[in-house]
Order: sequence, then C-alpha cells, then structure tokens
Amino acid sequence: MTLLEITSLRTWFPTREGIVKAVNTVDLEIEDKEKLGLIGETGSGKSILGMSIIRLFHPSAKINIEGKIVYKGKDLLRLNKEEMRGIRGKEIAMILQNPATSLNPVLKVGDQIAEAIQLHQGLAKRAASEKAVEMLEAVKIPAPDKMANKYPHEFSGGMKERAMIAMALACDPSLIIADEPTKGLDVTIKMQVVKLLREVTKQRSMLFITHDLGVAAEVCDNIAVMYAGELVEYAKTEDIFKNPLHPYTQGFLNSLPERGLKPIRGMSPSLINLPDGCRFHPRCDYATGICKTRHPEMAEIGNGHFVRCLLYDRS
Amino acid sequence: MRRLITFLKEYRNNTPGLIGLGILVFFALLAIFAPLVAPYDPHEMYKPLEHPNSAHLLGTNDIGQDILSELIYGSRVSLFIAFFVSLVSGLIGTALGLLSGYFERVGFFIMRIVDAFLAIPRLPLIIVIAAFIRPSIWNLIFIFVLFGWPFTARIIRSEVLSLRNRPYVDAARMLGAGDFYILWRHILPNVVPLIIVQLIMEARHVILAESGLSFLGLGDPTAKSWGMILHYAFVYPTIFISDLWKWWMLPAGLCITFTILSLTFIGYALEELVNPRLRGITRI
Repeated sequence: MTLLEITSLRTWFPTREGIVKAVNTVDLEIEDKEKLGLIGETGSGKSILGMSIIRLFHPSAKINIEGKIVYKGKDLLRLNKEEMRGIRGKEIAMILQNPATSLNPVLKVGDQIAEAIQLHQGLAKRAASEKAVEMLEAVKIPAPDKMANKYPHEFSGGMKERAMIAMALACDPSLIIADEPTKGLDVTIKMQVVKLLREVTKQRSMLFITHDLGVAAEVCDNIAVMYAGELVEYAKTEDIFKNPLHPYTQGFLNSLPERGLKPIRGMSPSLINLPDGCRFHPRCDYATGICKTRHPEMAEIGNGHFVRCLLYDRS
Repeated sequence: MRRLITFLKEYRNNTPGLIGLGILVFFALLAIFAPLVAPYDPHEMYKPLEHPNSAHLLGTNDIGQDILSELIYGSRVSLFIAFFVSLVSGLIGTALGLLSGYFERVGFFIMRIVDAFLAIPRLPLIIVIAAFIRPSIWNLIFIFVLFGWPFTARIIRSEVLSLRNRPYVDAARMLGAGDFYILWRHILPNVVPLIIVQLIMEARHVILAESGLSFLGLGDPTAKSWGMILHYAFVYPTIFISDLWKWWMLPAGLCITFTILSLTFIGYALEELVNPRLRGITRI
C-alpha cells in the first residue's frame, strides 16, 4: 500500500538574487512500513524536500510549492493551515537536524515531549507527562522519570538526539521524516541512534534524509539519490551499493573513505543558476556534447532501478 | 524554580545590584507603611517655616506641613506611578512586540507607529501635553504609558525576530503547534529576562520624568510627590537666600537621586545576568 505519493513536486524560493529552485519535479513514493533513504550533498535540496511534505516553513517565508503530495488519499498541498496542523506530529513527524538547538533551552525536556501529546490527544497535563516519561523510556534514556524533569543543557548530545526521537514518536505517527539524525554524533553513539531508529520504525514508514551512506545502508530498504534539486537515481539499497548507475552516485560512493576517498571534481551547482541539459554534466567524467543540451528523464533500467542519465538512454 | 535559585545566587555576587535592591526595598517599605512611619499627616498644618527641631525633624514648609511626613508619603506617589506605568506599558509593549516580531505584516504596521513615537523627543512632548490636559496622577500615568510602550515593543520585537527562527520553534511547529501557542510557550519564556530589565529601566525613567514635570509645575498639585515638594520649595521666594533649601529641597532631591540610583544598579545587575557577554565588565 502506498502511504505517501509525491508527484512532480517543485519547491522554489523567490529571493533577491533570483529564484532558488530547491526541489525540481520530484516523483517519489513511500510504501507502508518502507524506509526510504534520500541521499545527496549539502545543498542538493533534500532537507527542503522533507520540509515541503509537512510545509514546515515560517508563515511569512515566500515559498512556491507545486505538485501533489498525497498522503493516505489526501493531497497535503490542498489542506489549509488548521488541517495541516492536525497532520503534523500526529500523522507525519519530523526529526529535525541539530537536536542541540531544536530543544527549547527554557523548557524541561519532559514538558516538551508532553506538549505534542497535549496538542493532539487532548490528554490532561499529568497524563501527558506520564506518557512523556514512557516515551523517554522507549528511546532508552536511563532514569526517564528523572531526566524528564531536566533541561536540555543537562542532556548529552546523544541523549538530546534520543529526546528528539521521543518527541517525534510521541503521537505515534505513521511516517517519520528524519533529517540527518546522525549529524554531529560520534561513531559509537551514531550506531546506537541508528539501531534505535530501526527499532522504533519497525511499524512505521520513514523518509531518512542523510549524506551518510553507511548509515543509509543500515536503515533503508530503498535509496533515492538527489542532485541539484532532482532525483538522479532510485533503487533498492543493495543495488545502489553494488551497481550504481549514475556517474554521480558512483562518484558519491567512491568518495567514501573505505573506497578510496576520491572526491567528485567541481562544486555542486547553485540552485539559482542550474546548468542546462544534464544538471551533472559540468562535473561528469562521461559527459558528451549532448549532455550539455539535453535534459535526461528518469528511466527504468530494470527491476525497479531508475536512473536519470543519457548514458543509459536507448532511444 | 531551580533557575530562579541559581539566578538569585548569581545576583548575590553583584554588589551594586545588592545595594540597589537594598535602597529600593527601603523606599518601598516607607511607601507601604507610610501611615505608621510618618510622624504627622502630611496635609496637616502647623507653624510654617520651622527649622528642624525635635518635633519636626526636617522642619515645616511655607504652609506649615511637616516636611519629613511629606517625603515619606511622597515615596508612595512616586513609586506607585513608576511601577504602575512600567507594568502597564511593559504589558502593552510586550504584547505588541511579540505580535510584531512574529507576524511580519502586523509587525510592519506596529513598527511604523513605534517609529512615529520614537522620532518625537519624549520629554518635551510630554511637557507640552501635560501643559494642556488637567494635571492629575491618572493623566500623568496615561501620558507616560502612551510614550513608554514603543521602547519595550521595539526591544521585544528585535528579540522575537531572532527567536522565531530558532530550530525549537520549527520543532514545535513540526509537532502541530499553532502560532499563538508557540508565542506563549516557546517565545515568551525566552524574553522574560529582557522584559524584567525593561520594566526596571522604564520605572527609572518615569520617576525622573514625573519629578521633572512636577518640578515644572505640571504635576498633580494635590499629590504629595517628591517632585511636587521640590516645586513648592523652588517657587518659594527666599529659598536660596536662607538656609531653607537644606532641609526643604535637598532631602527630596536625595530621595529621587537614590531611587534612580538603586533602579540603575538593579537594572545593570540584571542586564549583566541576562546578557553573559557583559559579565566581568566593571560598570560604574
């Protein structure tokens, strides 16, 4: 069953310098209980894609979102502000980047988790606080009843990350959008958080946004690779690792330390002035003349493996 | 609660802050217990222009009222106006500051009004208005509130502008929180320290302004504020030729000075606690 279906999603920001085309005609599906990895470099638009799903932008920000985001049969982009608030946290929750700053320093951690429960389930304060302690226990925070009464600065980095996960899980959402949840954690804690995420999302779907391929391999069933605001490759996790087709994906994999630490030459393009033709051609080793002018479409190469590259274009 | 205790502990290390608090508490107690402390009713008339003696410690004024009692009751009027005004203008300023910082369009209009108020020099305009409306305590309060809130609103707004972009505000929104909920629960607690400093600074300003207006004869003639005492002393013809000023003018002036000094000390101490960047800097 398809839980979330995104069709030709486009998220553009008009700015003084020009239009920032952060997400360009992205099509994506997330099945029930599927864990989908969204990987790409910094500035490839992957976080913006995640935020577009629950429209998590400041009310006064100027943003153009077009396309369709169908969640359980409802188009989220057609919902008004109130209806959207009912979805956020309850149906779709996001684990934000930087847990250190995503917790309000003047509120107790337990109260911040209880907040989500109070907002959606209308529980009394005491019941919500008890539920918050349960959530902290579920994310394996030691002495949860004590820690619920502490302020964020009394938590370690890994514990803050766990608290953020507890917050996202508080109302039992069907879909979790995890935006680089392992960023800035050291290796041992990173693996603990990954293990925890796998555990708590057993019965849910997850969109896992990261640039850490190792972590993505641990968590995800399928992986979508994003470059300059569009998807360039989509396949099962093992296919991506064993048989990467797009030159960008290959470059990305080769830049891993265990595969020789070879960087991709050049820089990712500015989202304001995107290159003509294939977005990747200025950095691509296989680029030919046609890559400069023709923009490739996403095409299935076989067995659910999609790629956007003229090398595989048979027409 | 724990935060409050650590706050108080840190405040205890701030000597000027403690001195300021001590002086303020002294005047506040005087104001509250004025009927018990004052030796006479300040409106009662005795022999005029008496020099200080055992019956009237600071003598009497030109119509025979006990000056010490006047001063003690004066602390009531001066402090009441100061704290009432700073509270009301603080409340209005905070509410409008929060709204205008969070909602851009509303903020634009509120800030243009604030600009208009800030562009006009405050004290001269207050003097002009006070000269036109009937002087009474409530009219003074009205004028001070009218000109007090824009400062608070501007300062709160600038803080909210930065707070609203904090990731924890996004986190709350991600959980389905509405705008007013976020303002109340996530942004307001973060500006409370700023509000407190602002209240103290506003109180200081109002005490000075009230004394100034009263001194110029624009205050409430029936109220016994420190400024009014100064005014009546100043208009008395031979005030500086004789020794009268020593016990008629000077004590009232000292009361005003010390109150303002105490509020300044408290304000600086709080500012230092609120803004860690100022810590360790010695201020005069």
